[in-house]
Amino acid sequence: MNIHYDARLDGDLPRRDKAEVLADLQRAAPGLTLLHREEDLRPFECDGLSAYRILPMLVALPQDLEQVATLLGRCRALGVPVVTRGAGTGLSGGALPLEQGVLLVMSRFDRILEVDPDARTARVQPGVRNLAISEAAAPFGLYYAPDPSSQIACSIGGNVAENAGGVHCLKYGLTVHNVMRVEMLTLEGERVTLGSEALDAPGFDLLALINGSEGMLGVVTEITVKLLPKPETAKVLMASFDDVEKAGHAVGDIIAAGIVPGGLEMMDNLAIRAAEDFIRAGYPVEAEAILLCELDGVEADVDEDCDRARRVMEAAGAIDVRQARDEAERALFWAGRKNAFPAVGRMSPDYYCMDGTIPRRALPRVLKTIAELSEEFGLRVANVFHAGDGNMHPLILFDANREGELEKAEELGGRILEACVDAGGSITGEHGVGREKINQMCVQFQPDELTTFHRVKAAFDPEGLLNPGKNIPTLARCAEFGAMHVHRGQLPHPDLPRF
Amino acid sequence: MATPNPTLPDRDASAELGERLRQADADGTPLRIVGGDTKAFYGRPVQGEALSTREHRGITRYDPVELIVSVRAGTPLAELEAALAEQGQMLPFEPPHFGETATVGGMVAAGLSGPRRPWAGAVRDFVLGVRLFDRQGGSLRFGGEVMKNVAGYDLSRLVVGAQGSLGLIGEVSLKVLPRPIARASLRLSMPLDEARRALAEWGRRPLPITAAAWQAGVLHLRLEGGSGSVADTRRTLGGDDLDDGYWEALREQRLAFFDAEDERPLWRLSLPQQASLDLDGLDETGMLHDWAGAQRWLRSDLDAETLREAATRAGGHATCLTPGAAEPFTPLSPVLAKYHRRLKAELDPRGIFNPGRLYPEL
Ligand SMILES: Cc1cc2nc3c(=O)[nH]c(=O)nc-3n(C[C@H](O)[C@H](O)[C@H](O)COP(=O)(O)OP(=O)(O)OC[C@H]3O[C@@H](n4cnc5c(N)ncnc54)[C@H](O)[C@@H]3O)c2cc1C
Repeated sequence: MNIHYDARLDGDLPRRDKAEVLADLQRAAPGLTLLHREEDLRPFECDGLSAYRILPMLVALPQDLEQVATLLGRCRALGVPVVTRGAGTGLSGGALPLEQGVLLVMSRFDRILEVDPDARTARVQPGVRNLAISEAAAPFGLYYAPDPSSQIACSIGGNVAENAGGVHCLKYGLTVHNVMRVEMLTLEGERVTLGSEALDAPGFDLLALINGSEGMLGVVTEITVKLLPKPETAKVLMASFDDVEKAGHAVGDIIAAGIVPGGLEMMDNLAIRAAEDFIRAGYPVEAEAILLCELDGVEADVDEDCDRARRVMEAAGAIDVRQARDEAERALFWAGRKNAFPAVGRMSPDYYCMDGTIPRRALPRVLKTIAELSEEFGLRVANVFHAGDGNMHPLILFDANREGELEKAEELGGRILEACVDAGGSITGEHGVGREKINQMCVQFQPDELTTFHRVKAAFDPEGLLNPGKNIPTLARCAEFGAMHVHRGQLPHPDLPRF
Repeated sequence: MATPNPTLPDRDASAELGERLRQADADGTPLRIVGGDTKAFYGRPVQGEALSTREHRGITRYDPVELIVSVRAGTPLAELEAALAEQGQMLPFEPPHFGETATVGGMVAAGLSGPRRPWAGAVRDFVLGVRLFDRQGGSLRFGGEVMKNVAGYDLSRLVVGAQGSLGLIGEVSLKVLPRPIARASLRLSMPLDEARRALAEWGRRPLPITAAAWQAGVLHLRLEGGSGSVADTRRTLGGDDLDDGYWEALREQRLAFFDAEDERPLWRLSLPQQASLDLDGLDETGMLHDWAGAQRWLRSDLDAETLREAATRAGGHATCLTPGAAEPFTPLSPVLAKYHRRLKAELDPRGIFNPGRLYPEL
């Protein structure tokens, strides 16, 4: 797709003279680090979705809230759009810069302000890395549960903005379930507190709204997260299957048996081989699919659950079920899974990661559709995913240097997402819409629903200067793209202008 | 008070509801949305034409393997819970009913959770999707019947606890969980500060505690999980057996503590679990400390402002549950109030959805 902001489809956006904006910001915030030379801007031209690259007009690296508030105030006065960035590991182009915008980088806000073992909370700045929170909590026997595979690099601010998930979210919830309080700066430079250190707060649940809002409603400046006691023990089973669909059924069977695993992950043959080649995790390279099923909790219960899970998977047709012998082997089993993306990356010059979710019952069917689409497009697809909660990550392998292959990968990706929506699912489970899936939003939502989203945005950012062109498409865009291209044989809203 | 009417058939009443809303919006008629009318005491009285959701009822999809159930707003909560129990599943947040007629829509709109809240999560944590009727009567779908979904803003969680002031909740999809295999409830005699210390210490350990309430020198605990861990923990903690019915009585405010004869206002303080209230004339040992201390109940004549200041200083807020309270909810900070007003104005510009229920200006 055209990654550049398109005023015709995304709405009007002012363009200001770069030198003037720079001079203005330097005057208003003398201590603020501002990057403006091309070679300094270059490292910020993309996030984790590296196929999309745009040089921002300016990059700002504030180190205190005063600077952020001043910057927002000046940008608002000048009509300059602001894109917030955490660690830049996002996979949907949420932090993709705008040519006419300032990129506000929050990475210098990297302090853990407080760990309170009695309250079981940690108060942190938004640039703190996800894993650093668990490291700081470890001496107290506590940890922060959501564990995206990118946890050594991604920031907690970015996690809030994307409502990030991880392999243990099946049991312990997503970011939204583990954040108690957020401090935010609005575009108007006001400080607002959402949520509280108690278990609820008066008024609307704006805390829920801010999670997953992709930097569209405000800048997150401080976060209080909930910490959990480390489970006494965790054991992982690895089951091999000679058929992907059988593995898909086994997932439903485990849940139906009343077992709630800490994590329940699936990989197909291509992903297994890639991971094995990279990590040597001891994966069965002949298997068509593996399931990693982790049971955690109190020793006695975990042993009970392991037995039951093993029996369920065998009954579902597993050809082999292995339990990690010790902590080292357990870590190794997970290392293979957590490194699946880079592992697949070694097999192909480029890969494109999808993030659709589906009801668990649809797993076997959607996997089959993906295999057919892969054939049709002549591109390999490796499947790695959070099977327990129906969140698929098909990785499309392609070579961007080959003429037209990126477009082909994008088209295949779009078709996979449409298959997810058709199965009653969603185009994104945890990576967000960003710029990448802006057109697919038209498949998932009707114009009235999109209009409601725009209203929510307008309540916080009436000028539309925070991360414009992301997350929610305009109706004009949907009229031109997306579902409006004949969804289920009908052209919705034939009365809308189509340019 | 509405009477239970088990004979109402399952039915999709979207068309009528939509029409009523369209009309109300066109005429600028404020509506008072009513489910089972069991929670009218929670919030300010709404001046408006009554709009009942009770015709719009029925479970539209329940697949136990998915751990997801979708239900129309007017469905009696008891009916939903019975359907889940039949499959060995439950609503983990243990919503209070406050009457036989309680509906699922009212449960979501009120956003109240029971004793398991600190360990399992609140209503909003289990809401996966809603169908929301907007002011034009259209039924909008947010979230869905999947465990994870970050497409668009999370409106399905935003409407939980908004008390119907942002739109009419037509249908909701909820995550459900298997009932625990084993359960045990017990009582331990101990003073409040000792209970606090014990709860803080236990909280750092992976114990299967799923409810903890202290009152009048007794700490009540519930353990749930696998049979091994529940039996082990029960043995280690000692104490006396407690009837499981205690938790329902606590949730439904049927314990003697909530005595309706007592004329002093009933307050709910939502506080950080370990926080102490620093207020002259307030004896914390006279309160009922649920949620391991995060939800404290109090009968008191203290004036609202004094109480609220103390709660705010302690990091929480105070709600008055006595019907007719002028200001049941803690007033919002000016900045927060501004964004609430703007959101309300965007979604309900003519003020037809339960106006004034939360705050006069919403
Ligand atoms: C190898 C790899 C594996 C991954 N695995 C997972 C996974 O398992 N689960 C998962 O959920 N994600 C995963 N991701 C995606 C990514 O790591 C997450 O989306 C993460 O939350 C992004 O954090 P970030 O700090 O890098 O944010 P960025 O990429 O910098 O920004 C992401 C979005 O957040 C906004 N934002 C950032 N900071 C703020 C702030 N302070 N205030 C307001 N808005 C802000 C940005 O505007 C943007 O819209 C993976 C990525 C990679 C590269």
